[in-house]
Amino acid sequence: MASLGHDATSYAPPLEMEEMELAHPKTFIGKYIWSQDAKVIAIQYGITATAIGMVALVLSIMIRLQLGFPETFSFMDPSSYLQSVSMHGMIMVVYLLTALFLGGFGNYLIPLMCGARDMVFPYLNMLSFWMYLLAVLVLVASFFVPGGPTGAGWTLYPPQAISPGTPGIDGGIILMLVSLALFIIGFTMGGLNYIVTVLQARTRGMTLMRLPLSIWGIFMATVLAMLAFPALLVAALMMLMDLLLGTSFFMPTMVSLGEQAGYDGGSPLLFQHLFWFFGHPEVYIVALPAFGIVSDVLATHARRNIFGYRMMVWALVAIGGLSFIVWAHHMYVSGMNPYFGFLFATTTLIIAVPTALKVYNWVLTLWHGNIQLTVPMLFCIGFIFTFVNGGLSGLFLGNVTVDLPLSDTYFVVGHFHMVMAVAPIMVIFAAIYHWYPLITGRMLDNTLGKIHFWVTLLGTYAIYYPMHYMGFAGVPRRYYAYGETGFISDSVATLNSFISIAAIVVALAQLLFIYNIVVSRTRGEKAGRNPWNATTLEWQTEHVPPHHGNFGPELPIVYRWPYDYAVPGAKHDFIPQNVPPEDVEPASADDPKAD
Amino acid sequence: MTGTLVFLAVLLALCLGWIVRQSINVRPWVAETPGPWAPDRLPPAATAARVGLGVFLAVVTSFFMLSISAYMMRMESGNDWLPVSPPGLLWVNTVVLVMGSLALQLAWNAARHDDPKRLRFGLLAGGAFTILFIIGQLAAWRQLYGDGGFLTGNPAASFFYLVTALHGLHLLGGLVAWGRTLARVRRGDTPARILVSVELCALYWHFLLLLWLGLFVLLLST
Repeated sequence: MASLGHDATSYAPPLEMEEMELAHPKTFIGKYIWSQDAKVIAIQYGITATAIGMVALVLSIMIRLQLGFPETFSFMDPSSYLQSVSMHGMIMVVYLLTALFLGGFGNYLIPLMCGARDMVFPYLNMLSFWMYLLAVLVLVASFFVPGGPTGAGWTLYPPQAISPGTPGIDGGIILMLVSLALFIIGFTMGGLNYIVTVLQARTRGMTLMRLPLSIWGIFMATVLAMLAFPALLVAALMMLMDLLLGTSFFMPTMVSLGEQAGYDGGSPLLFQHLFWFFGHPEVYIVALPAFGIVSDVLATHARRNIFGYRMMVWALVAIGGLSFIVWAHHMYVSGMNPYFGFLFATTTLIIAVPTALKVYNWVLTLWHGNIQLTVPMLFCIGFIFTFVNGGLSGLFLGNVTVDLPLSDTYFVVGHFHMVMAVAPIMVIFAAIYHWYPLITGRMLDNTLGKIHFWVTLLGTYAIYYPMHYMGFAGVPRRYYAYGETGFISDSVATLNSFISIAAIVVALAQLLFIYNIVVSRTRGEKAGRNPWNATTLEWQTEHVPPHHGNFGPELPIVYRWPYDYAVPGAKHDFIPQNVPPEDVEPASADDPKAD
Repeated sequence: MTGTLVFLAVLLALCLGWIVRQSINVRPWVAETPGPWAPDRLPPAATAARVGLGVFLAVVTSFFMLSISAYMMRMESGNDWLPVSPPGLLWVNTVVLVMGSLALQLAWNAARHDDPKRLRFGLLAGGAFTILFIIGQLAAWRQLYGDGGFLTGNPAASFFYLVTALHGLHLLGGLVAWGRTLARVRRGDTPARILVSVELCALYWHFLLLLWLGLFVLLLST
C-alpha cells in the first residue's frame, strides 16, 4: 500500500482526521496505571467490574442460602437479607453489566474495530475509569458504615428509602446515591469518547454500513445511556436533598414510627417516573451491546455472513428509540390512568417486533452455516435460547391485566433474570472466550470452557425456570422468610432448596472460569494471529496483542463489510475487511466451493 | 415528561434521518475501493472537539429537561406549591451573564483574527462576568431566604434553589475549562493554538445563557 494513485480502482480518500498524537509514557505507572490507552483502560474496567461483580455473586448466594434454608444461617437477618438483595441488584445492573459492556468492551473494541489508534479524547477516557473506580470504592465503603449498605431495594423507592427503620438509612443510602452520581459523571466522560470516536475516527473506507454490529450495538447503547442516565442523576440529587436537607420532592406527608414526619406533599410517583425513565433504557443499554457482539461472534463461528445486516442496524435504532416510551410498564402496580396503561402496554408489545426480527436474523445466520461449536459459539446459542425464553415471559408481563397479579411474585424475578441477567452474561462469556486470544495472545482452555458453559446454561435454567412456576403459585418476592402461610404449599420450600443448590453450583462454575482466565494468561496455548479466522480489523493488527497505537505505521484501509465469510469464488472462507478486491485469491478450479 | 419526550423525539428523529440516509441504497455486502465521496462524511466544520461538545450539550439538555419535567410534575402533584416571586436581582444577573457570553464571543473572534490582546481581554472579562453572575445568584439566594423562601416547606422554593444551583454548577465546570484556557494564554500560546479551547468555551457559555433564559422564564411564570 505504498503508493496510492488517484485512478478509480485504487483511490483511497484521505483520512478524515489527521493522525492523532498519542501519549507515549515510558514508566510502568504511565503505561498501566494512569494509562490513556483505551486497551489498558478497557482491562482496568474489566477487572474492576469483575471484582465488584464477584461481590454481587456472593451476595446472591447469601440470598439463596436464606431462601433455600431459612432459619439455618445466623448471619442472615431481615435487614441483611434486604441489603443483600438491594446491593446485588444495583451492582449487577450498573456496576457490572453497564461498566463491562461499555467501559470494558467499548473501550477495547471501538478503536480497534473502527481502525483508529485510540479514542478521540484519551485523557477524558482515563478520567472516566478513575471516576468509575471511585464510584465503586464509595459503594464498597457503604458495607462498612454503621447500619450497613442500602436495603431499600435496587430501585430505592421513596418513601421507604428515606424513612427511619430502613436498613442503611444511617449512611448506606447516602453513599449509594453519591456513588451513582459519580458513576454517571464518569460514564458521561467515557460515553463522549465512544460516540465521537465512532463518528469521527473511523479509518478510510469504514463507512457506517461497514461497521461491525458490535460497534453499532455499543454506539446505540451509549446514546441511550447518555440520554437516560441524567434521569437517574436528577432523581439521585433530589433524593439526596430530601434525605439530607429536608426538602419534600418525593416525600409525602406521612406518619413514621408514630410521629408525623417533617415532610409534606412530595410525590413518590415522581421518583418512580424519573427512575424508570432511566431504568427501562438501562435494560437496553445492557442488551444492545449484547445484541451487537452476539451478531459478530455468531457470524464468525458459523462462517456465514450475518443475515439482514441493515435490518439489524435499523432494529438496534428502533429498539433504542422505543425504549424511551415504555418506562411506565414498570409502574402498573403503582396505579395509573387505564388509558396510560393501555398506551404503555402497546409500546411495550411493539418493541418486541424489532427484537424478534433480530432473533430471526440470528437463527437465519446459523441456517446452512458451517457451524463451529467452539465455546464462544456455544455461549451465543445459549444466549439465543435464554433471550427468547426471557423475552416471551416479557410479553405476558407487558400486559397490564397479567402484570398486576404477577408483578410482586417470583414470575418477575424469573423473567428479568433470564432476559437481562443471564442472557447478557452469556454474551459477556462468549465475548471473553472470543477476544481473550486477542487481548492476551493465548487461548482459554477448551475443556474448562465447555464445562463452564454447560453448568452455567443448565444451572441457570434450574434456577430460573422453577421461579416462573412459583410465581404462578403466588409466592411473593422480596420476602425474607415465608413462615406459615395458607397459600404457599410445602413443595415451594423444597423447590427453594433445589434452586439454592443449583445457584451454588453455578457460582462454583464461575470460579472455574476465573481460574481459566488467570491460568491461561501464562499457560494457555499460544493463539497466534487471528485464531478464529475473523474478518474484522482488530484481528488484522501487526502484533497480538495489539501494541500501543493499535496498527502499524499506516492505518488500515477498509474495502468491504465485516461479514465476508464463505464468499463464493474465493479460496479462503473469509476475507478480512482490509483486503482489496484485487488481492482476493480465487478458488482453484477443482475446489468444490468454486461454483 | 412531555418536554423531555419532545426533546428526545427531535434528537432521535435527527439520528434516524441521518442513519436512514447512510443506509438507504447502500449495499454493504459489495466490496469496493473507497471512493473520494462517502455519504457519511461529516462536513469539515464538524471537528471532533465540536462534535464532542455537541454530544455533551445534548446530555446537559436531557438533564435539564428532566429537571424541568420533575418541576412541572411536582407542581401539579401536591397542593402545597406556593409560587415564589423570584428576587429582582435575577434581572441584573441575567444582564451580567449576557455580558459574559458577549465577552467570550469577543475572545473567540479575537482568536480567529490572531489578536492576542483582545483575546486576553475577552477571556478575562468573560470570566469576571461569570464569577459576578455566580456571586449575584448567591446574593439572590440570600434575598429569597430573607423573604421567607426557605429550602424546606415550599417545593417552589426548593426547586428554585435546585435549578439555580444546577445551572451554577455547570457554569463552575465551565470556569475550570476557562481557567485552563487562560493559563495557556498566560504561558504565551499563540491565539491560533488555543482557538479550539476558546471556541468551545464561547459555545458552552452561549448554551448556558440560553439555558438560563429558559430557566428564568420558567421561574418567572410559575
